[in-house]
This record gives sequence, structure tokens and C-alpha cells, in this order.
Amino acid sequence: MSVLSPELTAGLYLLASVAFILALRGLSSPKTARRGNLIGAFGAVVAVLTVFLSANFENIPWILLTIAVGSAIAAPVSRRVQMTQMPQLVALFNGVGGGAAAIVALLELSHLSSPWSGLAVAFTILVGSVSFAGSCITFAKLQGLMPTKPLIFPGQPVVMGAVLIAALVAGGFVIATGSLGWALAMLALGLVTGVLLVNPVGGADVPIVISLLNAFTGLTVAASGLVLGNVLLLVAGTLVGASGTILTQAMAAAMGRKVSGIIFGAFRGGSTAGSTTVSDRPVRSSSPEDVAILLGYAQRVIVVPGYGLAVAQAQHTMAELAQTLEAKGIEVVFGIHPVAGRMPGHMNVLLAEANVPYEVLQEMDEVNPQFKTADVVLVVGANDVVNPAAKSSPGSPIFGMPILDVSSARQVVFFKRSMRPGFAGIENELLYEPQTTLVFGDAKETLTKVLTAVKNL
Amino acid sequence: MDAMSLLTIFVLVVFVGFEVVSKVSSTLHTPLMSGANAIHGIILVGAIIVAGQAENGWVLAFGLLAVLLSTVNLVGGFVVTDRMLEMFAGRKVTPKAATESKKEDAR
Repeated sequence: MSVLSPELTAGLYLLASVAFILALRGLSSPKTARRGNLIGAFGAVVAVLTVFLSANFENIPWILLTIAVGSAIAAPVSRRVQMTQMPQLVALFNGVGGGAAAIVALLELSHLSSPWSGLAVAFTILVGSVSFAGSCITFAKLQGLMPTKPLIFPGQPVVMGAVLIAALVAGGFVIATGSLGWALAMLALGLVTGVLLVNPVGGADVPIVISLLNAFTGLTVAASGLVLGNVLLLVAGTLVGASGTILTQAMAAAMGRKVSGIIFGAFRGGSTAGSTTVSDRPVRSSSPEDVAILLGYAQRVIVVPGYGLAVAQAQHTMAELAQTLEAKGIEVVFGIHPVAGRMPGHMNVLLAEANVPYEVLQEMDEVNPQFKTADVVLVVGANDVVNPAAKSSPGSPIFGMPILDVSSARQVVFFKRSMRPGFAGIENELLYEPQTTLVFGDAKETLTKVLTAVKNL
Repeated sequence: MDAMSLLTIFVLVVFVGFEVVSKVSSTLHTPLMSGANAIHGIILVGAIIVAGQAENGWVLAFGLLAVLLSTVNLVGGFVVTDRMLEMFAGRKVTPKAATESKKEDAR
């Protein structure tokens, strides 16, 4: 097979690098986002074709067969996954990417040319295995295979520290000797580190960890680029590392937390898992029909959707209710908390799926001043993001998290399955306030009843 | 390529990455995460190089494992991102764009 010249190869890799930058830039507006993603995919195809033609490789039939098998696994899964399960799928893809980078580095160990590449190999093996194991634990937590509560055992910080130091020592030996034995030891220690790193992270903070591990995998890919002398891998990995870092910070800010506090918070006992006991204090509950009457007399309604809305698959009913109210001349907007759902911007995806138009989706800063003038606020499947404890009780695990200012509205209606606390496991004082009423039951069923009653008004 | 050139590229791309990603609207943070996720699947290129130069069966087996994992990452990432963005792109883009450009005019 004819081989491309090094210049042409580098040129085609440059083309692919530009395509990846354009893919990220496309996301600055929903209008250009999809085209950007297709440009990115085109860049990936160019890069893969280029690598096949860049040298006289062996085993090509095997490689092609493996790519076909991988695509046959990934494409149908990605097409069928429900939007509510997106976070765990992203975690899983992130993990396999980190694992692949670690394997590539391990196999390059015998071809090291300089101490620099030794360092890059050691970095990739360690961080790649941390990312792989951490992502697997994240996946298990989000998929419900593991409890979302932080898992902490006595002496965990000591064990964690010891494992990390041992991994760094093994890394030193890898750089000095290039021995496969030390590299495998480091790989194993990296896997243990990944598990220990994510285990103590509690429910609500898991999305931040996905984003952080995404940045980790990006950096390992960049380091693999250094090992292989491949500029494309360096550029692509660095872009992902940068985007993961920004996103992690943005999310931590949206929750009023520090990234280090999330990773190490559980060690100090200040985790997000607070009380999970169910209080038996009295609450006011009402029927869907009463809510419909309340809505009929309202002029301005704000909907605060949470992950529970999507779990109940009630987005479509909610969207229809909003349209029906608007047809009656009642103004409806959606107030979206930045961490509503299980990853940043997740709620926007879920509502977009239900055809809720953009212009009624408002971000927290935009919607917060409007609660004072709203007649009715419908809180559907959300809890922690409207919990006033974030403002009023300094001892609360969510203290400092910016929240939607629902408590200043005239009437608040909570649609809840039960009195169980939210993902973060903290009780919500707002449920006991005089302006609050609760409608118990499956969100889809109760919203359907409200919708029917509103239509009959 | 020498270490200094690679370091130069690395530092410059960090700035490009921060610049591009900080302009992404928070509405699109989920697709951003899955899109960035897809991009690091390009480690497939590295996996192909390693598997294509394998000198024994073990290296080939692990190289192919890396090819498999990275293909899942790359293909799955782009497909799932496209599916999400399709839902955003389809409708009601024009009114929002119109109001936005009005806002810009007002400024």
C-alpha cells in the first residue's frame, strides 16, 4: 500500500485538529451546534483514514474488524439510550477512552526514546487507569448498581494517601527503568485510586466528578500524543482537558462548592449526605383538581422542573400543560437551575426532547427576580435546588449553593412521589411553609389529571 | 518533533480550549460534555498505530482491545451528541435568534 508523505500526513492531522476546534466552537449557539458536531465527526474520519495510510502497518484486517465490532456496539446503544440515562453513558464512554489511553501507553513502554516520553507514559498509565476505574464507579452509582451515598471506611484518607504515594514511587521506577512490572503495578494502583477517589463522593456531586474525569481522560490523550509524537492527539486531548476543567469549575460554582471540597469533602465528614430520615411533621396536600383551579386564576406561572420530572417521563405532559395554560392567556416560564438533572444543562436537553420552546426556558439569574410576582410556582420533581436551607442554615451540606428563590412566590405547589428527601438527602423546610401545598403521586399521572381539569375549566 | 515544539503547541491549545469553551452557552453544557468526550475518542489513532506495529500476539491482543474501547468512545460519543443536538436544532430556533438579535441591536 502506498504511504502518505510525512508532510501530507501532518497536514491532514492539522485539518482534523481544526475540525475539532470548530466542533467545540459550534456549541456557542444551538443553531450551529449540530453542524459543528458533524464537522468534528468528519475530522475524526479524516484522522482515522490518515493514520491507516501514514505507514506500512500490519494486522490491518484485524484492526478493521475490531473497529467494525466497536461501532456495531456503540452506535445502537447511543441511538437507543434514554435522555435521562445520558450522564451514565457519558461516564462509560469517558472510562473506556481513559482505559484505551492507558493500554496504548503501556504498549509504548518498550519504545521509549527519552526521559520525557517516559514521564508522559507514566502519567498516561496512572491517570488513564484512575479515569477508567473512577468512571466505572460513577456509572455504577448513576445506574443505581451502587448506592449513591458516599462510601467511607475508617482510615480512608490514610489508605488513599498511601496508595497515591505508592503509585508515584512506581511511576518513578517506570521512568527510570522502563520496566513492564512497575508499569503494571502502577496501573493496578491507579485503578485502586480511581475507586477510592469516587467512592466518597455523594449523590449530587457525581456530575461534577464526570466532568473532572472527562478532563483527566483528555489530558491522558494529550500525553499519549507526546509519547507517540502525534500532534493531533496532543491537540485533541488538550482541548478536552481545557473544556473539562472549565465545565468542572462552572458546575462547582453553580453548586456553591469548591472542586477540592467535593473530592476531599467526604473525607472530612462534610459530605452531601445529610439526614435521610423522613419527618412526620404536618404538611398541606391537595388534589390535582384544586391545583387546576389555582392555575385557572393565575396570571403568571413559573415551572421549576427537576430530575424527578424526567424519571416519571412527564416532560411531554408538562409541556402540554404549559401550552394549554398559554392558550388561556396565562404566562408560563420554566426556571432551570444549572444543575437540574444529573449533569450541567441536562434539564435543557430533556425539555428540548419534549418540544418545549427555548424562549420559555430561563436560567436561574433571569428567573429569580420573577418569583415575587408569580402567582403560582409548580415544582415538579425538584427538591434540593429550591431548598432554602442553602441560604439559611450554615450547617447544611448544601449551604452556599445558589438556589431558585421559590419561597418568595405567593403559592408553591410541589409534585412529589413521597416525603422522601432529594438526591442530596436533606430535608426541605419549604415543604412545611404556609404557602406550600403538596400533590403526592407519580408526576405523570398527577400532571395528566391537572391537564384534564385545566382543559375543563 | 522536539519536546519544546510539543510544549509550545500544548500551551497554545490550552488557551484556545479555554477561549472556545467559555463561549458555550450553559443550555448546551450537556452536549459540550458529550462532544468533548467524543473528541478524546481520537485516541483510536494511537491505538491503531500500536496495534499496527505489534510484534507479537500479546501486544496485538491488547492493541486491539484499545482499538475496541476507543472506537466505542469515538463512535458512541459523536452519535449521542448528534442525537441531542438534533432535538435542539429542529425547532423554534428562529424566534429565539430573532429576539437575541433584537437584544443585540438594543445594546
